[in-house]
Amino acid sequence: MIHTPHIDWFALSTILALLAASGVSLLGAVLVPARLRRRFGASVSTVGFLGGLVASIWLYVDSPHAQTVVSGAFYRDRWTALAQIILCGIGVATTLLSWEHLGRNDDHIAEFFALLLASAAGMAFFVGAGNLMTLFLSLEWFSIALYVMCAIDYEQEGALEAGLKYLVVGSFGSAVLLFGSALVYGATGTISFDGIVRAIGLPTPTLERLMMGNSLLVVGIALIVAGLGFKMSAAPFHMWTPDVYEGAPTPVTAWMSAATKVAALVLAMRLMQSAFVLDRHLWSVAFAVIAVASLVIGNLAALVQTNVKRLLAYSSVSHAGFMLIGLSAGSALGGRALMYYLIPYSAMAFGSFAVVAAREKELGEPVTLENLAGFGWERPFLGVAMWFFMFGFAGLPVGGGFVGKFYVLAAAYEHGWAWLVVVGVLATLVSLYYYLGVVRAMYMRRPELALAGGSPPRDRLTHIAVGMALAVSVGSLFAVSPLIDLARHAASSLPF
Amino acid sequence: MSTAYLTSILIWLPIAGAIVVWLLPLSKYATGSLAVLISLIEVGFWIEQAARFDFHHSGLQMSEQAKWFGELGITYHVGVYGFSVWLVGLTAVAMAACTGYGFWVGRDRPRAYFALMLLLTGATVGVFESQDLIVFYAFFEAMLIPLYVLIGVWGGARRMEATVKLVIYTMAGSLLMLAAIVVYGLHAHTFDLVNGPTSTSRWLFLGFMVAFAIKAPLFPFHGWLPDSYREAPPEVTAVLSGVVAKAGLYGMLRIAIPLFPDPTSFYRTAILVLAAAALVYGSMLAFRAPDFRGVVAYSSLAQSGLIALGLFSGTTLGRNGAVLQMIAHGLVSVSLFLLAGIVERRTTTGDFALLGGMARGRPVLATLLMTLGVISLAVPGSANFAGEFLILAGAFQRAWWWAAIGAAAIVIAAMYMLRLISAVLHEARGSTVADAALDVRPGELALIAPLVAGLLLLSAWPAAVSHHSFVGKWPKQPTSSSTFLAPGR
Repeated sequence: MIHTPHIDWFALSTILALLAASGVSLLGAVLVPARLRRRFGASVSTVGFLGGLVASIWLYVDSPHAQTVVSGAFYRDRWTALAQIILCGIGVATTLLSWEHLGRNDDHIAEFFALLLASAAGMAFFVGAGNLMTLFLSLEWFSIALYVMCAIDYEQEGALEAGLKYLVVGSFGSAVLLFGSALVYGATGTISFDGIVRAIGLPTPTLERLMMGNSLLVVGIALIVAGLGFKMSAAPFHMWTPDVYEGAPTPVTAWMSAATKVAALVLAMRLMQSAFVLDRHLWSVAFAVIAVASLVIGNLAALVQTNVKRLLAYSSVSHAGFMLIGLSAGSALGGRALMYYLIPYSAMAFGSFAVVAAREKELGEPVTLENLAGFGWERPFLGVAMWFFMFGFAGLPVGGGFVGKFYVLAAAYEHGWAWLVVVGVLATLVSLYYYLGVVRAMYMRRPELALAGGSPPRDRLTHIAVGMALAVSVGSLFAVSPLIDLARHAASSLPF
Repeated sequence: MSTAYLTSILIWLPIAGAIVVWLLPLSKYATGSLAVLISLIEVGFWIEQAARFDFHHSGLQMSEQAKWFGELGITYHVGVYGFSVWLVGLTAVAMAACTGYGFWVGRDRPRAYFALMLLLTGATVGVFESQDLIVFYAFFEAMLIPLYVLIGVWGGARRMEATVKLVIYTMAGSLLMLAAIVVYGLHAHTFDLVNGPTSTSRWLFLGFMVAFAIKAPLFPFHGWLPDSYREAPPEVTAVLSGVVAKAGLYGMLRIAIPLFPDPTSFYRTAILVLAAAALVYGSMLAFRAPDFRGVVAYSSLAQSGLIALGLFSGTTLGRNGAVLQMIAHGLVSVSLFLLAGIVERRTTTGDFALLGGMARGRPVLATLLMTLGVISLAVPGSANFAGEFLILAGAFQRAWWWAAIGAAAIVIAAMYMLRLISAVLHEARGSTVADAALDVRPGELALIAPLVAGLLLLSAWPAAVSHHSFVGKWPKQPTSSSTFLAPGR
C-alpha cells in the first residue's frame, strides 16, 4: 500500500484557485460560443487571479511561522505568500491588458487565459518549492505554459520564432538546472532543502568523501545558479531575452518581464538561503559577479536600442542585476531589499510594456523610439504613466524604484562591498540616458509620421491596468514602511 | 509647535496644485490663472512663516517629523532655520514671478507647463526645508525632473543637447551623493541632519561636494551651464540660475560644512582656489559673452564662486554675507533673465550685435535694466554691495589675498554689467530693434517690479537677511556630539 502524505490543502489554495480557473477557461474554449470566448476567458481569469490574491493574502496572515507541508515538498510561509500576492496582482493587470490587446482574433483566446493561469499557478508553486524535485517540476510547469504563450499569436511576425527560441534556450536552462540538482543530490544524498543543509553541515568522514562531495556540490550549485540565471534573464544568461520579449505578444512580454523575474528571484533567494546557506561564500560572490555582468551588459546594450520592447528587455536585464545585488548580500537586509524592490519593479515593468502594447495596437507595427513621437501629448494618461515608469526605472524619486535601489545599495554596503555600490551607481547613471530617451521620444519630438486614422482603440481596461501599475509604483515610494514591514515578515521566514 | 504645518504646506501645496492643474481640463487662460493663484498663495504662506519665525532662536523651528522608512531611521523630517526661511522665500517669490511670466507669454500645453512649474516649486522648497538626508536627496533629484521636461519641451532649437548635458552632469553628481549618503547613514545609524554625527571621511565629503558643485555650479563643474541657460525658456533659466543653483550652495552650507568639519578644513584652500577661479573666470567669460543671456549666465557662475568663497571662508562674516548674496543674486538673476526674455520677445534675439538703442522711447525697460545693473555691479548701498562686502571681509579674515582676488573680480563685474547695459540700451540702434517694439508692458512690470522692490528693500536693510540667518555658532555642535571615521578616509 502506498502511503500518501498528509496534505495541507489550504497551503496550496492559491495554486488550486489558479488551476481551477485555468481548467474552467480551457473548458470555455470548447463550450462557449466564439464571440463570447474573450469575455468569458478574461472574466474567469480575473476571478481566478482575484481568488488567488485573496487566498495568498489569507495565507500571509495565517502563516506567521514557517513550516513545510506535503512531506517537505512545499513551504507554507510568508515569503511564499508575499511572492504569490505579487504574482496574482500582476496576473490581474495582465488579464485586463490581454482582454483588449492580445491577438487579432479570438481563435485561441480562451486557451491563452488558461495558459496564463496555468503559468501563474506554476510560478506560485515554484516560489514555495521545498525540494529540488518540486523546484524542477514547477519550473517546467510554468515554462512550458510560457513557451506556448509566446507563440500563441502565430500570425504575428516573430511570435513563432520567439516561442521557439524561448523553448530551446529555456529548455537548455532547465536542463542545466536539472543536472545541477542531480549533482547536489549526488553530493548530499537528499533533495529536500532542509535535508541538503543538514547534509552539508555534517562532519565529513573521510578525505575522499570530502573532496568528492565538495566538488560535486560546488559544480551542482554553479549549475543551479546558471539555470536560475536563465529564468531571471541575468547576464550572461540573458541572450534570449531581447528576442523573445520583442517577438512575443506584448501582454505576454509584460507578464514574463514582471512575473517570471519575481518567481525566479524569490526562489533563488529561498534556495540559496535555506539549502546552500553554508556555502554562502561561494554563491554570494557568484551572484555578485552575475549582478555586475547584468548591470554592465544590460545598460550598455540598452543604450543603442531603437525598438522600445528590446530597450525594455535590456532594462529588465539590468534590473535583474540590481535585484541580484540584494540577493548576493545574503543578509536579512538584502532579503528585504529584494522583496521590496520586486514590488515597484514588477509594477513598472508591467506598466511600461502595457503602454507599449497600447501604442502598438494604435500603430499596427512595432513601437520604436521614432514612432513614439508625440505619444505623450496624444494619450496624456498613458504618456504620463510611461513618464513615471521611465523616471522610476532610472531611480529618480518619483516611485519605489528609488527606495529599492537605495535598499539594495545599502545591503551591498552593509555586506562590505563598497565596490558594488559604485557599480550600481555608475549603472544607474548610464541607464538614465536611455530611459530619458524614451521620455524625449514621447514628448520632445514633433510627430513626423502621419498616424493611422480612425478613432483611438478602445482601451479602458488597459488604462485601468496601467493605473494600477502607476499607483503601486508611486505609492510604494510613500508607503515604504508598511511594505518593508511586509517584506521583513516575509524575509523572517528564511533562515538568515 | 502650532506653526509646524506651514513647513509642510509650503512643500505640498504646490505639488498638490500641480496635480490639480494637470488634471482639471480648464482653458489655457484658466489654467494659467489657477497656477499663478497657487503660487501667490504659496508666497502668502511664506510670509506667514517668516512672520511667525523666531529669528532670535537658534534651533530648528516649525519642524515636523513622521516615520517614512521605519527601520533605517529615515524619517520625513522637515523644518526651517533662519537662513532656510530666506531661501524658501526666494523660491516662492521667484517661482511666482516666473510662473506669471509663463502665463503672460502664453506657453503652449498650459496644463503640463504649469503643473511642472508648480512641481518645481514644491521640490525646491522641499530641498531647503528637509532635515533628513534621504528626504533632501529625494527633493534634490525631484527638482531635475520638471527642469528636464521644461527645457526639453519648451526650450530653444538645441534643447536636446542642453537637456542631455544637464541631466548627465547633475545626475553624475547626485549619484555620487547617494552613495555618500548610504555610507554615511549606515555608519551613523541615522540619516537625520539635525542629530546626525559629524564625520571625518574625506571621501564622503567629496561625494557631497561634487554634487553641490555641479548644481551650484562651481568651476570646473559648470559644463552644463551655457547650453542650458541659453536653450531654456527665459523664465526657466531664471529659475535655474536664481533658485535651483542656490540649492547646491545651500547643500554646502547645510550639509557639507556642518557634517564634515575636518574635511572642510582639509580641503578649504583647494575649494577657495576653485571658488576664486570661478569668480574670475566667470566674470571674464561674462565680459566676453556675445549675448544678453550669456552675460547673466556667466555672471551667475562668478557669483556662485563668490558665495562659495564666503561659505568656505569659515568666518561668521563670510557666511552671513553668503546668505545675503544668495538672496540678492537670486532676485537679480531672476529679474535679469526675465528682462532678457522680454527683450528677446521684442527683437527675437539676445545677440548684442543685433541689439542696441532700446532706451529711446522705452523708459521703463531702461529704468529696470539700469536699476538691476547698478545693483548687480554692487554699487555701494546696494544689497549686492552689502553681500559682497561681507563675503570679502570674511575672506579677508582668512587671508588678505582672497579678498584681493574677489575685489578684482568685482571690477570686472562692473565692466560686464556696463557692457550689457550699453549694448542693449545705448549705442546705435540694432538691426532687430523695430520702432514698434513696445516698452515693458504693465503685466511684465508687475512681475519684475516686486523683485526689484525686494532688492531695494534689501539694499536699505541688508541686515534683515545677514543678521537674521544664524544665531550663535554655526555649524552647531550636533547634539550627539559623536564623530565617526568612515573607511577609505
